[in-house]
Amino acid sequence: MFAVRGLGFLNFLLQLKRYLLKLKSRKFPIIPGSIISLFIFMAVFGEILSPYPATKVSLPEKFLPPFFLTKGSMDHPLGTDMLGRDILSQIMAGARPSLIVAVAVLAFGGLGGTALGIMSGYYGGKLDVILMRAADSTIAFPIILAAMLLAIILGPSIQNVIIAISLIIWARFARVIRGEVMSVKERDFVALARVAGASGTQIMFRHIFPNVAHTMVVMLTLQAGYTIIVEATLSFLGAGIPPPTPVWGGLISRGREYIRIAWWIPFFPGMALALIVLSFNMLGDWLREIIDPKLRQV
Amino acid sequence: MNFLEVNDLKTYFFTRWGTVKAVDGVSFSLKEGETLGLVGESGCGKSVTCLSILRLVPQPAGRIVGGQILVQGEDLLKKSEEEMRKIRGAKICMILQDPTTSLNPVLTIGNQLMESIKIHLGLKGQKLRERAVKMLEMLRVPSPEVCLENWPHQLSGGMRQRVVSAIALSCQPLLLIADEPTTSLDATIQIQFLRHLRELQWQTGLTLIFITHDFGIVARMCDKVAVMYAGKIVEMADVRDIFNRPLHPYTEALMKAVPKLEEKVERLVNIEGEPPRPYALPQGCTFTPRCASKKERCQPDQYPPVIETKNGHWVRCWKYV
Repeated sequence: MFAVRGLGFLNFLLQLKRYLLKLKSRKFPIIPGSIISLFIFMAVFGEILSPYPATKVSLPEKFLPPFFLTKGSMDHPLGTDMLGRDILSQIMAGARPSLIVAVAVLAFGGLGGTALGIMSGYYGGKLDVILMRAADSTIAFPIILAAMLLAIILGPSIQNVIIAISLIIWARFARVIRGEVMSVKERDFVALARVAGASGTQIMFRHIFPNVAHTMVVMLTLQAGYTIIVEATLSFLGAGIPPPTPVWGGLISRGREYIRIAWWIPFFPGMALALIVLSFNMLGDWLREIIDPKLRQV
Repeated sequence: MNFLEVNDLKTYFFTRWGTVKAVDGVSFSLKEGETLGLVGESGCGKSVTCLSILRLVPQPAGRIVGGQILVQGEDLLKKSEEEMRKIRGAKICMILQDPTTSLNPVLTIGNQLMESIKIHLGLKGQKLRERAVKMLEMLRVPSPEVCLENWPHQLSGGMRQRVVSAIALSCQPLLLIADEPTTSLDATIQIQFLRHLRELQWQTGLTLIFITHDFGIVARMCDKVAVMYAGKIVEMADVRDIFNRPLHPYTEALMKAVPKLEEKVERLVNIEGEPPRPYALPQGCTFTPRCASKKERCQPDQYPPVIETKNGHWVRCWKYV
């Protein structure tokens, strides 16, 4: 008995060691990678792949459970909602607005924030004070409330959700990047670039940006998950992408009322959300390791 | 005509705690192809003097408040920032102490070496590459073609310092400022590096300013020596005169602090006291509190005037007034 237990513990240790070694080898994270690819695939080819049109109402088939429950069937693998719409199809259709919002927000807010952060850190002085106080106030303001206010003032639409989240997310990039720039710009090679006659713009593009780019890329992947969550929250609260477009936040919100009789309505969209956010975070960690030039293999 | 003439240069730092006179009335001149050694304790203003010549004093606290810096008769302090950018790298270059941080870790050697050649000489494509390879060959970098593709972390310290020098020398500058370029190299690499630099100087007629703590390097490399203390040059002379007959008590003390091989010493000699706090310099001669030969003749409220004891050897000390 004890011997068996001891063996089990040893086995556990061995597996732990193997797992740690695997982490160290910095292989591409296959599972998160394929989950993200799957969602991107769904976002692009959603209509062709999905078994039913996402908004097709079929009242006789309402509240059908997922296939693994007794009344479920493979016709609707993840069940149907209160109007008999297929949950799987809605999740597939919901991938597109989520990813569009994420990409657009990162392009505007992320790259914009990085640019402002580099300028703030490099020039310092008044510009730095103004930009950082602006970033501070943006961060201090409750993000959901801010996004809701913006979405309500600008009206709910996908563009306005993008604008609202971008206006908030830039500050995170600006702050982190600015800190990195402050340390990079004091390094000797920047001084030597100035001695060599490089202008401020050249130094920022050629010397500073590549040295903070890895931080930016990691931030981009980590904030991708965060952006998707904020978008879902806004949609959940009714301040996001308006109803006819199937979005995960909206699905969860509508399913909430029926959680006692049909838990699968909010559960599966929520799982989709959790999966993609987790995948983005894991991808971000992996990227940080491979992008650091000191860790790069010769 | 002197190639470089610095007249009464004053660079002050205006901080919350008061004004720091980092460089306070420094004057010296150099002929083309000469080497000046700037010697002194940390914080005495050697580096700020050199940054002032490049007009790269740390902003916004630092400012050049007075003086003249004449390079081939033209006053650098009257140039616009745009004109200075064309002078930096092309006419005046600098290498720094630590070659590990002097290279950008995310760009290849070739990329960095070709940058300033591109800016100042406007070369492109194959010619640019040939020029880069030639520079590396000049500094005796083995297999320069391969080196161009390398990343900084793949090179050793000595190799990196050569690459840094190749970058500095790539546009044939007339003046090279070397801020303790060999401090982080080990002794054998140091000598190799200095030898190459000396050879290059003979070939190209480069004027050098060498900032250093090391009297061995001064003896090996320099024609002239300027000893700085608390923002002022206290003694300046030809290298032989400094070693044979140091006049200023501070120079003497510095020389004594260098351990000698032939003598067995129990304790290394140091200079009593500490360098003065830059915010509160003593009145009169700033070295008085630590001076071994201070007497009544030292006037408490006046800095000693410049005394030229013989041609080209001058000192600022009450002893010689």
